[in-house]
This record gives sequence, structure tokens and C-alpha cells, in this order.
Amino acid sequence: MFRDAWLVAGKDLRIEARSKVVLNQIGPFSLVVLLLFAFALDPDRGFLQEATPGLFWIAVLLSTLVVIQRSYALEAVDAGRDALRLSGLDPAGVFLGKAGAAFVVLVVLEVGLVVGVRLMYGAPLRGWLLLLVAGTTATVGLVAAGTIYGALAAGLRVRETLLPLLFLPVVAPVMIGGTRAFGAALDGSSAEGWRWCGLLGTFAVAYLALGMLLFESLLEDS
Amino acid sequence: MTTTVQPTASRAAGGAGPLGTGSRFTRVLGIVVLVMVAFQLALALWWSPPELLQGQAVRLFYLHVPMAITGGYLAVGLLAVGSIGYLWKRTPFWDLLAASAGELALLFTGLTLLTGSLWGRPVWGTYWEWDPRLTLTAVLFLLLVGYRAMRNAITDPDVRARRSAVIGLLAAADVPLVRLSVDWWRGLHQTTTLNPLDPELDGLMLFTFFFSMVTFAALFLWLLVHRFRLAWLDEQVAAHGLQDAIAERRREAAPAPAAPSAAGEAPAPRVADPAVADAAGGAS
Repeated sequence: MFRDAWLVAGKDLRIEARSKVVLNQIGPFSLVVLLLFAFALDPDRGFLQEATPGLFWIAVLLSTLVVIQRSYALEAVDAGRDALRLSGLDPAGVFLGKAGAAFVVLVVLEVGLVVGVRLMYGAPLRGWLLLLVAGTTATVGLVAAGTIYGALAAGLRVRETLLPLLFLPVVAPVMIGGTRAFGAALDGSSAEGWRWCGLLGTFAVAYLALGMLLFESLLEDS
Repeated sequence: MTTTVQPTASRAAGGAGPLGTGSRFTRVLGIVVLVMVAFQLALALWWSPPELLQGQAVRLFYLHVPMAITGGYLAVGLLAVGSIGYLWKRTPFWDLLAASAGELALLFTGLTLLTGSLWGRPVWGTYWEWDPRLTLTAVLFLLLVGYRAMRNAITDPDVRARRSAVIGLLAAADVPLVRLSVDWWRGLHQTTTLNPLDPELDGLMLFTFFFSMVTFAALFLWLLVHRFRLAWLDEQVAAHGLQDAIAERRREAAPAPAAPSAAGEAPAPRVADPAVADAAGGAS
């Protein structure tokens, strides 16, 4: 299973490395979102600084949507999805591979966003360990849920409009947990933040397990 | 609420299909539910006394709480059961059970939000409060909207059933996590609610509360049976509609014989689906 996951993740990441869509389009998109928040809210840095955890996670959520859509668009052409089914790879491995590749891409984007909020919003970065743990578990949860919902919407004519409606309400716990944990880290009150990490971890484990279990049903049709 | 199906639909189902979703059982149940609803409204709106703190606003609770419990627990629970059942057994019964329960869950959750915010206006002074339960209900409502949107987006019944079952299962699994997160988010802030186990509660209020619960459960069951049968008929029409349309065109194209065939004479007798009539008891 893990060997299959490795193969699928390698394939997705190689395509990304060659097409440079993340570098040229999705990365700049997430920075545009940061810019828009400043336009919408206030050029006053104090307010943006206060709202940094929430704005960061909204930007991550929107980027996740784009990353997931991109991840399934790769297979929409040349019947890539059918090829994946015919390859005989373990469905749980395919799920882990696609989620893994999305995880790597999203982490790269998040690093860019952290630099963005530090420079553009002047957010003080404190509590590094909490930021790292909360960020990683939240990202695992996001890509796990996103990979399942991406597969659900894949191949439909309305996939672009359906995916946000299905995906965004489901990740409400990640949004709340990520925001609170980051808020606690930036305030220097880490104890509160670790509780949220527990919730984020539960979400991540639950969706990873569900994805490994259910992905076979989703690969059956296309 | 007996839906009459157009003759074309029944013909499509095999010539001998049922003409509606009603049966003796649902008619009796429907009358019982109607009487119960009338009695429940009289109890809730007139006979029961106003509450000490909330005054007359408490009357909305006899509608709001049963709606929330029927929609949020019973209907969503059945949606999850139907989804798991489909993934396990792969029969249309479970898919249609999940679909019908999901649609009713959407209806009841929507009404819960509406009555909740109407209740909030006089008691909290605002239509919307970021109370954990309200937030949870709003998220649940959106999850159910997504479930329905997904069903409407797919025409192939097998693909629809499989993907909807996964979504139904994921939505149900998400509810406890959303619940936990919004509880923590609002710091476990509790609001005044009617506690049915409070011994101080007036006897008639307690009776009204429990009677309302039973009434809504019965209403839900009645709606569910009808919705399920309608979904079943819908599926039959979709499955046979194209073949029937082709047969009809062929008949039109053929040179008219001396005695033109009546519309009721289907070209080839198809086996009528007895499952439609037994849909209500099909769970066993």
C-alpha cells in the first residue's frame, strides 16, 4: 500500500515540478488573497495582526480548494482516472498518494503564506512548536478530506461549483481549530492551543481512515 | 399528501404499477398524524401555561425542539444507516432510504434554524447568536444541502448511489467533530433551555413536550414513507422512460393498422415492480 502511495505521490509531484502550476499560479493566488484581506479590512496593521490566524487559515482553505481541483484535473485528461483504476494499485494507496502529494504542495504554499503574513501584516511569529504541530495536523486533515471530496466531485460536469459546497462546511472544525491554535501560539498562551491540536489530530486521523476505507468505492466509477 | 403519479409514469413502471404513493397503512397513519398535530398545536399554543422566564416564547420550543431532534438525530441517523447499508449491501432500497431521510433532514433542519431564530428574537434580542448549537445546526444544514446538490448533479443511478452513500457517511461522521469544535469555540457557553427532566417543570408542560416529540416522530415517519415511495417511482420512470419513449416513436413510425392501438396497451408486458407497494415494509 505504501509503495503504491509513493508511486502515485511521485507521479503527481513530478507533474507539478514539470508544469510549475503551483509555482506560477496557485502560489501567487494565495498571496493575492492576503492582499485582498488588507484591502477589505483595513490598511491599519494592528487589525490585520489581530486577525492574522483567521485570515491565514481562510487563505489556506481557498488554496486547498485550488490544489485539490488541480490534483484531479491532472487525471481528467487522457482518461488518467481509468488508467489509475486499471493499474491495479491498492485504492487506499492511491488515496494516500494523492493526499500526500497535495500535502507537500500545500505545505509549500503555507510556508509562503507564513512569510506573507509576517511581512505584510507584521504578525509576530511565536510559539514555533505549536505552530508547526497545529499547522501539520490541520494540513493532513485538509488534504485527507479534500482528496475524498475531490474524488467525489471528479468527472461531474458541475465539479468546480460542487466541490466548495461539499468541502468547506466539512472542514469547519479544521478552520476553527487551526485558527484557535495559531491564535494561542501568537498570543504566547500555548496551553490552550494544544487542546486544539488534539481536535485537529482527531479530524486528520478520522478522515485518513475514512479515505482509506471508502476510496475503493469512489474509484469504481468514473 | 398522497402524490398521484401521471398515467405515463405508471405505464413506464410496467403497465400495472401503482398510481400513487398512498396505501392503506399511510392513509390511516396520515389521519392519526393529522389528529395528533391538531392536538399538539392546541396543547402547545393554548392549553400549556407560559414559562416563568421566557413567557409565551416557550411555546415555540414545543415545535423547535422536536423538529431539531427529529431532523438532527432521527433523520440524520437514518441517512447514515442508509448510506452504510448501501455501501454494504448495494441495493437501491438503502440508497433511497438515505435519500429520503436526507431530504427530510434538510427540511427539518431548515425549520429548526427558522424557529430557532424566531425564538431568539424575543428571548436573546437577536435573530442570530453564535451559540454552539445554532452554529452546529447551520453547518449540518449546509452539509445536507451539499448532499442534495450531489444527488441532483448525477443522473446515473449507480454512480449517484455510490457517491451519495460516501457523502452521507462522511457528513454523519463530521457532526460529532463539528459539535466538539463549536462547543470549545464558544467556551461551552450554555443557554437557557427547557430541561424535560427538571422536576420543577409544570406537569402539563412536560406532557406537551413529550407529546410534541411523539407527534413529530409520527409525522416524520409518514413523510418518510411517502418520500421513499416517490423516490422509488422516480427511479422506475428513469429506468424505463427511455425504452418507453423509443417504443412509442416506433409505434408512431409504423404504418397505422386498421384499429389503432390504445395508449394503455404497452407493446411488451413487463414485470411490475412489487417492491413499490411493499416499499414501506421493505426494511425487513
